Amino acid sequence: MREKKPFLILSFSSTTQAMAVEKFCGERQLPGRLIPVPKEITAGCGLAWKAQPEQEETLTRALEEAGIRWQEKRVLDLWN
Amino acid sequence: MIYLDNAATTRRKPPQVIDAVVNAMTTMGNAARGAHSSSLEASRALYDARCKLAKLLGCPQPDHVIFTANSTEALNIAINGTLNPGDHVISTDLEHNSVLRPLYRLEEAGTISLDFVPADRLGNIDYAGFERLIRPETRAIVCTHGSNLTGTLVDLKRVGEICRRNSLLFIVDASQTAGAVPVHMEEMGVDILCFTGHKGLMGPQGTGGLCVRPGVEIRPWKVGGSGVHSYDRSQPQDYPTRLEAGTLNSHGIMGLSAALDFIQEVGVEEIARHEAALTRRFYDGVSRIDGVTVYGDFSQPERGAIVTLNIRDYDSAEMSDALSQAYDIATRPGAHCAPRMHQALGTVDQGAVRFSFAWYNTQEEVDAAIQAVAELAQR
Repeated sequence: MREKKPFLILSFSSTTQAMAVEKFCGERQLPGRLIPVPKEITAGCGLAWKAQPEQEETLTRALEEAGIRWQEKRVLDLWN
Repeated sequence: MIYLDNAATTRRKPPQVIDAVVNAMTTMGNAARGAHSSSLEASRALYDARCKLAKLLGCPQPDHVIFTANSTEALNIAINGTLNPGDHVISTDLEHNSVLRPLYRLEEAGTISLDFVPADRLGNIDYAGFERLIRPETRAIVCTHGSNLTGTLVDLKRVGEICRRNSLLFIVDASQTAGAVPVHMEEMGVDILCFTGHKGLMGPQGTGGLCVRPGVEIRPWKVGGSGVHSYDRSQPQDYPTRLEAGTLNSHGIMGLSAALDFIQEVGVEEIARHEAALTRRFYDGVSRIDGVTVYGDFSQPERGAIVTLNIRDYDSAEMSDALSQAYDIATRPGAHCAPRMHQALGTVDQGAVRFSFAWYNTQEEVDAAIQAVAELAQR
């Protein structure tokens, strides 16, 4: 059984929103990557942003300052 | 061939457009259909194309750039998705059937009432005509940015101000102008800007879209697969997904995206300057030829790259065929899907021969076309 550990997950209401986050984070070297949305999140588009929980403040503050939205923020136990 | 039918489609594309389509067809998955690298690459590329279009056309948000197959589809979405029973709509005599037929259909169904700002014999409209036609139930002005018959440009900023003053929705058909002359929907006060990808934008056929001002609500006319919110019974409401049911033409859009890079590199102003110079050269050449009638107002400082003419009372179809057969020059005769403008110009019976220019045309081609018209006029 693969080990699970907590991750910060941001879900999005549209793929375009997910693309905006990925582009923004890539340009500013902010942590994380796109993954298929975990089953625990029933709303949202098929994509989610996965990052380390300790990176939450850095990440969300930067996105908020840029006016980039996400739908839901959760910490979930996922495969490493 | 000397291709002078660019108002129908620009035949010659930047080489990187073809390369981009081939690359997309060999590498790209379906956007918004997973998180594997092929799907993500498609999603990224589409988002990138939305960003480029938003920048080029002055759309405030990239997620409000919606892809369609062409302008006609975009205009049908805009017109049918915003107008309600009892609405009154104002349009103009300059319109293409892509605007006229969706409006006529709603009028014939008894859904809307419709009025047109008339064009004069030069193809110009009186802007005061819009305000004269406004009544309490007027909901929208739908008009073209540029006539596909005479090249006449509509002052969108002026019409946009009329719309703002009277709280009207402003829907624009930019089929003839996007990529060829500067367009900025926000500065021009446009609510919905419909465009095609295969004319001035120099992308593949089967690409187009609409830019929607944030806050404007459009009902989707088609619903279905979106790749997201699969358990919802209704179409997701977020733009662009709301209006993009089904797999997009991502391969074509990648070609369009490469064309947008090319346009950005050259500059829309430079493209407009080049096309205006060719148009003026052709106009100056043919307007001096005995027996030639040129339609439209060439005293306008800014206009589309179109010169439409007739020789005496010759059938425009025969003229165009002679240009094709004897000179290998491609033009467009007939009615050009612009029935009201032909009525205004008095050319319904004869039609007219349209010469339309684009970035890749040259002065030499223009001079050869002038010579061909001169020879045909001597017959």
